[in-house]
Amino acid sequence: MLKIDAEKCIGCGVCEAQCAFGAIEVVAGVAVVNDKCTLCGTCVDNCEVGALAIDAAAQGATVDLAAYAGVWVFAEYRHGALAPVALELLGVGRKIADRKGVSLSAVLLGDGLANQAATLIAHGADTVYQVESPALGNFNDEPYANILEDLIREHKPEIVLAGATAIGRSFIPKVATALGAGLTADCTDLDVGEDGNLLQTRPAFGGNIMATIVCPDTRPQMATVRPLVMKAAAWDGSRTGRVVELDPKHQRLASRVEVLSSVLSDQDRVNLSEANIVVAGGRGLDNEKGFALIRELADLLGGAVAASRAAVDAGWIGYPHQVGQTGKTVAPKVYICCGISGAIQHLVGMRSAETIIAINKDPNAPIFDVATYGVVGDLFEVLPKLIDSLRAQKA
Amino acid sequence: MKIVCCLKQVPDAKNVRLDPKTNTLSREGVQSIMNPYDRHALEEGVRLKEKYGGTVVALSMGPPQAEEMLREAIACGADEAVLVSDRAFAGSDTWATTYTLTMAIKAIDGCDLVLCGKQAIDGDTAQVGPGLAHRLDFAYASYVRKVHSIQDNALLLQRMMDDGYDELKVALPALLTVVKEINEPRVPSLKGKMRAKKAEVRRLDAAAIGADPACLGLAGSPTKVFKVFAPELRGDRTMLAGTVHEQASQLAAILHSLQ
Amino acid sequence: MDYFLTEEQQMIVDVARQITDEKIIPCRAELDENEEFPSAIIRDIAQADLAGLYIEEQYGGYGGGSFDIVLALEQFARGCVGIATSFAANALGAYPIIISGSEEMKQKYLPAVASGEKMAAFALTEPNAGSDASGIQTTAVLDGDEWVLNGTKQWITNGGEANIYSVIAITDRSKGARGASMFVVEDTDPGFSYGQKEKKLGIRASSTRELIFKDCRIPKDRLIGRPGSGFITVMKTLDKSRPGIAILGVGLAQAALDESVVYAKQRVQFGKPIIAFQAVQHLLADMAIQTEAARALVYQAAKHIDAHPNDMSKASSMCKVFATDVAMKVTVDAVQVLGGYGYMRDYPVEKMMRDAKILQIYEGTNQIQRNVVGQALNKEYTA
Repeated sequence: MLKIDAEKCIGCGVCEAQCAFGAIEVVAGVAVVNDKCTLCGTCVDNCEVGALAIDAAAQGATVDLAAYAGVWVFAEYRHGALAPVALELLGVGRKIADRKGVSLSAVLLGDGLANQAATLIAHGADTVYQVESPALGNFNDEPYANILEDLIREHKPEIVLAGATAIGRSFIPKVATALGAGLTADCTDLDVGEDGNLLQTRPAFGGNIMATIVCPDTRPQMATVRPLVMKAAAWDGSRTGRVVELDPKHQRLASRVEVLSSVLSDQDRVNLSEANIVVAGGRGLDNEKGFALIRELADLLGGAVAASRAAVDAGWIGYPHQVGQTGKTVAPKVYICCGISGAIQHLVGMRSAETIIAINKDPNAPIFDVATYGVVGDLFEVLPKLIDSLRAQKA
Repeated sequence: MKIVCCLKQVPDAKNVRLDPKTNTLSREGVQSIMNPYDRHALEEGVRLKEKYGGTVVALSMGPPQAEEMLREAIACGADEAVLVSDRAFAGSDTWATTYTLTMAIKAIDGCDLVLCGKQAIDGDTAQVGPGLAHRLDFAYASYVRKVHSIQDNALLLQRMMDDGYDELKVALPALLTVVKEINEPRVPSLKGKMRAKKAEVRRLDAAAIGADPACLGLAGSPTKVFKVFAPELRGDRTMLAGTVHEQASQLAAILHSLQ
Repeated sequence: MDYFLTEEQQMIVDVARQITDEKIIPCRAELDENEEFPSAIIRDIAQADLAGLYIEEQYGGYGGGSFDIVLALEQFARGCVGIATSFAANALGAYPIIISGSEEMKQKYLPAVASGEKMAAFALTEPNAGSDASGIQTTAVLDGDEWVLNGTKQWITNGGEANIYSVIAITDRSKGARGASMFVVEDTDPGFSYGQKEKKLGIRASSTRELIFKDCRIPKDRLIGRPGSGFITVMKTLDKSRPGIAILGVGLAQAALDESVVYAKQRVQFGKPIIAFQAVQHLLADMAIQTEAARALVYQAAKHIDAHPNDMSKASSMCKVFATDVAMKVTVDAVQVLGGYGYMRDYPVEKMMRDAKILQIYEGTNQIQRNVVGQALNKEYTA
């Protein structure tokens, strides 16, 4: 329940104005909450007079928190290769493990794993739990979830991290539900709090604001992490570690889902993450024809085309081009955003670009707050001139 | 075949803005809509019903005003609508939400197929579908972009992956989360709207679904919001001045130096 | 303005509006550019139960009147007059069957039109018969149990796309206007083919095509009504459908006004949004006044026609003239408000201006409509 202290409330209306759910109204000088409240806590944090509080019912702490120790990462392996995010998770996992003075382990599932375990150790893992089976050759939610669940139950890690990839986002929630563990999706930052709890930060409310999530009463603390946000730990061939090969029970490898084929397809792939230069368009393009300009510039620069969610939702360009919270994360050398206002939803997908160039009509657009270079102007005037200048430069 | 489509009413995120002065969310002009991905789940449910027979139940957990969205679902082809609503559900994270939805589906005597959108645009967690599949003990596939057919009590379908796609055979009962590419949702029909106006939206509260209060709402949620804040901003930007022509030449020079 | 619609009428508006916003507006520019028939949207309209809006319930329709179809068409026209025309022409093709067809004929054709499974078209115009329908050359001769049609129809909307064609042909030239009869021709009938698709100034999403009848043989029972009743059926059909054309002007004018006001508020010149200039304000005000007046007249005419099926002509012609002249003027002004941008295909108003012109021409030119109004006045004032 959201508790409102009528004595303290000054009826300023800040809570009413910012509630994303329309759950608070100031009536006769006092804030009143209605059924739409989701207990998100935004109002509590922003009430200057401390009139608001969330009253959580006392929780029966049934989990023995002290029994859990260690940091684990799920090392995603598909079509014969480790996903880059696996090494990024080892990077952040190593830092957290060192701060807490515990070990870092990786879980590697698949078929024909060769010496992937050695790679994981070289990148920071102390232990690799490895399960090799033909049943795990193609990604299949059921056995992947079963095995990870069993391993966690047995070894009781305190923290479990996975990549927020199609695979991670597909089966990790099943594991968390089975374990009764809290899971935070799509984190862009991880830290350890004063009380030792994992601080998991992600965009919230449609990517308009950041929220830090904790799981104080349950273990393990689980999170999926955006690819390309964390830095991979450097390769160190001198590192040593332990490889534990496991042989799970036959029934834990069974699945009610049969993978008939697994197809690699370039069509579904836009090489955004590998491009050095990305040119992105948003709502300011007005229609899909606007993307012709974006493409022209991208082609000229040898870059890739990206888009904000607004442009994808409007149907001007396909989803594979979407950058942001619900799309891809990119970290190119140069990111040029045209007609993108800069909602956090988009920013989380591109803010680690080295140089950000923003072109927008609105001088107050939030995109300028993250930009290295800003141009206030009509992109339909600026881009053609820029294209001309670049052509002249080349000639 | 009984198909349950899980629908969430969400604020239309396109219109939620951060007020740069106060760093708070402005909800001016923000309407509640059916989560866009869920519209595709509902459409797929209705299409499967039209092809293979059965009933489509639109199920939502949310505040009383979500009833309006459920009527829209009926107008778009759902046969029945169930709203699970109780103040005790407020503050639910995905763990408590999947518990509540599972109890609700059991309270309406189960089903053969559950369809969810891949995620809701307000939370963007994509965790309710898989969590619900686990609790129901249903076979499960995420990111489904095409259901080819149902035969021999199994779904033949295509799942989108980061690097391509997988062709799957999924045994019923099953839960699928769908992506937008799966279909083009229909708009409500005139007869559907008339039916929706008269239809009864069944209400279930915490007691009606036999839920354990300890598992509901904020108390039943392992994840807690620790703090909410506006992200830090880069302060070292350079704004390019001059005429459009001058701005463009400066940009060209900058791009040249960066390459 | 509040027109005090009933709950059911409001539902028609809501359904049509959603189709317009979600299905029509996103693809109108592309369909116009490619001169492509909007098959998918026609299907969406049928799926939303609007294909049978004007067809009686016993034949699977909604059982609505002129006013109901006007409400739906207003929304479609706000999106695209080309698409709205395709839908309206479907009704125009079905009206002769509704007005004069036998029970068997209604049962055979109307349910398929109501469900959207089949589309209809209306075939009157010929190279030498436009406003003057007496110039019709197409003939139909009874040969045993079959009618044999010969001739060519021109500029037929939905030509090549429809499955059911209501065609007028001369069955007895000696009887003049009473020697014309109407027939249903199906797209699969032998001896029936299409000529080339026309290239048009506007409404380019709609299909306009020649129909060619070369010893086209159809069963005897395809005659609509009695032999010689063709012109009466045509006149009643056009009287009934004309508010449907008039309302296209209203929807179009509203769309042009909407674009103009939104643009005028955001376009800054001399340091102010141009809506702050009185010259622009007055232009917008006149556009709004005329659009609302046209809407009021068309709504009222449609209600009059529903209440007085035997007294349709004057009301029908009055609203057609007024609303379509308004559409022409308002769309021209919209291009003016948007200036150079308005002239470019990047903005939708140039298409609106191109689309507007046909409204003053088809289903009876506005000059012919004024004749009708004038003749009605002459009659009314004869004591």
